[in-house]
Amino acid sequence: MAKQYETVIGLEVHVELATKTKIFCSCSTEFGGAPNTHTCPVCTGMPGSLPVLNKQVVEYAMAVGLATNCKITQVCKFDRKNYFYPDNPQNYQISQLYLPIARDGYVEIEAGGTKKKVRIHEMHMEEDAGKLIHDEWEDCSLVDYNRSGVPLIEIVSEPDMRSSEEVIAYLEKLRMICQYLGASDCKLQEGSMRADVNLSVREVGASEFGTRTEMKNLNSFKAITHAIEGERERQIELIEEGKKVIQETRRWDDNKEYSYAMRSKEDAQDYRYFPEPDLVPIVISDEWIEEIRSRQPELRTEKLARYKEEFDIPQYDAEILTSSKKMADIFEAATAICKKPKKVSNWLMVETMRLLNENGKEPSDITFSPENLAKLVDLADAGIINSSVAKEVFEKIFAEDIDPEKYVEEKGLRTVNDEGALRKLAEEAIESNPKAVADYKGGKEKALGALVGQIMKAMKGKANPGMVNQLLKEMLDS
Amino acid sequence: MDILSLTAAELGKKIQAKEITVKEAVLACFSRIEAVEGKVNSFVTIEKERALARAWEVQKAIDEGTLTGPLAGVPVAIKDNMCTRGMLTTCSSKILENFIPTYTAEAVLNLERAGAVVIGKTNMDEFAMGSTTETSYYGETKNPWNLEHVPGGSSGGSCAAVAAREVPYALGSDTGGSIRQPSAYCGVVGIKPTYGTVSRYGLVAYGSSLDQIGPIARDVTDCAVILEAIASHDEKDSTSISREDTDFTSALVQDVKGLRIGIPRDYFGDTPFSGKDKKQGDGSTTQAAAEGLDEEIKASILEAAKSLEEQGAVVEEFDLGLVKYAIPAYYVIASAEASSNLSRFDGVKYGYRTNEYEELHGMYKRTRSEGFGEEVKRRIMLGSFVLSSGYYDAYYLKALRTKALIKKAFDDAFSRYDIILAPAAPQAAPKLGASLSDPLKMYLSDIYTISVNLAGLPGISIPVGRTGKGLPVGMQMIGDCFQEKKLFRAAYTYECLTRKKWVSKWPDLTEEKDSVRKDAAAGREEK
Repeated sequence: MAKQYETVIGLEVHVELATKTKIFCSCSTEFGGAPNTHTCPVCTGMPGSLPVLNKQVVEYAMAVGLATNCKITQVCKFDRKNYFYPDNPQNYQISQLYLPIARDGYVEIEAGGTKKKVRIHEMHMEEDAGKLIHDEWEDCSLVDYNRSGVPLIEIVSEPDMRSSEEVIAYLEKLRMICQYLGASDCKLQEGSMRADVNLSVREVGASEFGTRTEMKNLNSFKAITHAIEGERERQIELIEEGKKVIQETRRWDDNKEYSYAMRSKEDAQDYRYFPEPDLVPIVISDEWIEEIRSRQPELRTEKLARYKEEFDIPQYDAEILTSSKKMADIFEAATAICKKPKKVSNWLMVETMRLLNENGKEPSDITFSPENLAKLVDLADAGIINSSVAKEVFEKIFAEDIDPEKYVEEKGLRTVNDEGALRKLAEEAIESNPKAVADYKGGKEKALGALVGQIMKAMKGKANPGMVNQLLKEMLDS
Repeated sequence: MDILSLTAAELGKKIQAKEITVKEAVLACFSRIEAVEGKVNSFVTIEKERALARAWEVQKAIDEGTLTGPLAGVPVAIKDNMCTRGMLTTCSSKILENFIPTYTAEAVLNLERAGAVVIGKTNMDEFAMGSTTETSYYGETKNPWNLEHVPGGSSGGSCAAVAAREVPYALGSDTGGSIRQPSAYCGVVGIKPTYGTVSRYGLVAYGSSLDQIGPIARDVTDCAVILEAIASHDEKDSTSISREDTDFTSALVQDVKGLRIGIPRDYFGDTPFSGKDKKQGDGSTTQAAAEGLDEEIKASILEAAKSLEEQGAVVEEFDLGLVKYAIPAYYVIASAEASSNLSRFDGVKYGYRTNEYEELHGMYKRTRSEGFGEEVKRRIMLGSFVLSSGYYDAYYLKALRTKALIKKAFDDAFSRYDIILAPAAPQAAPKLGASLSDPLKMYLSDIYTISVNLAGLPGISIPVGRTGKGLPVGMQMIGDCFQEKKLFRAAYTYECLTRKKWVSKWPDLTEEKDSVRKDAAAGREEK
């Protein structure tokens, strides 16, 4: 009988913090920019330059630490991690080893219908490295230090996950927390969230962990899922063949769906960590922690519960509305203006999601204002525009954030309620469509649609469809 | 008027009084440099044209009344480990032979704001690692008092330039005695302030937790004036301290009445001062540093202590303790930090890169093997070793604990004394070449200075005598953190009594047979 295996997974997640300036100098963190334009003596490792800690980095790290139920280390320090590589201008990275900013936390996740806690071992602050660009033509490597010194936090979990579903749920949870706190946009594709997967397998019921490998270069949830499945199978195969899993770092190639060994533990580097002498310890007072705690926004879990309770929004809808901070913010702001939560929710759930999908965008890319959405809801609700016009207007709002009131006036989109005019058009429609009239009278209710369509067309869509329907029925049924 | 005979403060006054122009002051330095630099080799880089252009600028500001400070228009030399924008900064190393910084060190900027004219960059031990200025890639500097001897180090170029009257004052840096020891060897005054008093921004780091910039000048007054100018709270240096007591010149008073001075038996032997039998104590540690102390130096310092006692100071012997642990703790901490600080010199971004190499690691290895000198490589290896996994606790962590204990020993001492007297070095300046063959012996000669860096304390070295061979003898005075003013007061008091003997004399260096000159003013006084 085949043995049953269990996958044991722990994650090291790097999150790029959304500060305007770098962690140790005042250079911009903006993405893009011509190579080496966001640099100074500090982030290019010039002799004699010294780091100065960006306080906002500490505050974001504390906020994420508190949101993940960690203990904040009230006297924390930076350490130097020494290794030679050209993307690292000083040949050491300023990171935290001995006294990281936060420790011993957890987040609750839900996967496959079950809830569980994933413990967080520790969380530390560090600086990002620059980027190496290999010029094949000139056969040389160039370095761009624009990224050098961009602030990161690394969140190290305990080996508490057992499947790729749990891993994705955990990452989603971290992403939601960071986004809600405004600490990071957590875009995997742009590298503002990166995960290294530590994975081992063992027979179900075993108490010891197997030998683990670390997998790098995973830049989408899909790649993470594939890599976990691939690595699980690779390790099981080795064990089944009586071979040993080697503790090593592996690089995942998502195109080939294959990982290869980068370095084994034997030639692992000795980073010669020691306390960074150029920075003084960070002393975090109880008051500072309380201040950060009091500034914490409502996080997703609480928001979701509140939406159900306060606005009577169904679970599924509430999940979608809270799936991004941006969406939830628009929902709440628009609802506050028009006081119609369900209608606002409907516009976000249906039309907004459709347009986002069609344009290949994320909810965080939404550019329209809650004010204009609220106005639209009011216009539609008051019957000033009909539903098909409303959809058309919403597309303009989605694309250009136009003011719907002005737009409706300018384009003359108000619904026509003039009974005399509609009655005249109805008579024309009945006269020119004898077949449809006969069908309707023969019991085919749907045949009325053709008549309504003709009237709407004649009115360029602005007729009140309810009134048209009623008029036609009156005229034909009498 | 003999411009060269003036101290920095005297020269500054005459420039303000329009008795001397900035250009005259600068040209006087350059004519002296032209006359003696070939013998002394104090400088790595001399910037005559730049200095003259700057002199014109400063003179204009003085004439317009916008620069009125005591150092406005006074020439200065900068140790070559402080970044100077657009001016070569080599750290006396091959690996930075072509490095021109894009910015200026904060301490130098402070001087420039005060109207200083930088005339060049002084020689040093490579990356400040050494005690003789012989590890420089650009040739050794010689002691102006006797050209067969070293000037000390690592700020040997700065001290020699001041002693040889090539420049009225200079900046040095001190990680383990690099200002105080060469100041003693060259018969000049140098102070290492409390850690954090002067910004380290732009100082090419050796041992970051120990490095501190300080002035080197001919007398105590100059040192107080200069330190007042360079001390500042700098937001670019996280270890910089905000102090409100940096009006150091206010401490230049001839009064030591009631000042409590301690003489450690650990440094001078059992009964150096009192002559009385020592009470029961631990003889093993007290002897450790005292054994190697030259008798002539000991006698000069004790005589200076006597003078201070006669002026009303209370002088006592005491046991400091832990002295023998300072050297190993220092070399572990400084080398560990250095091994990391110097890793940025890799041939990738600036400085020297080897000509032929294969692959990245080949480039690193060859560049660093060829670019660094022996002493630097020795300390990088030592530092890398003590930080290696498995050794970190045994060496680095233990050294940090020792550092804390040494600080505590000083805290205890300063609960009883205002000032501790010490030699700056066990002997007067050694002969050229005598130290390099035995690095360990060279390390041991730092015994009196390094614990001051480990404890972050201020220390001043002042001339107190000459050996039989005519080499200067220095005395170190150590104060508690932020107590520079006490050091200035005691040093100034002593200097007032002995000015003619030490401060006013200088080596001629231009005659066939080197002789000692005296300042005109001092000569008159003696008649």
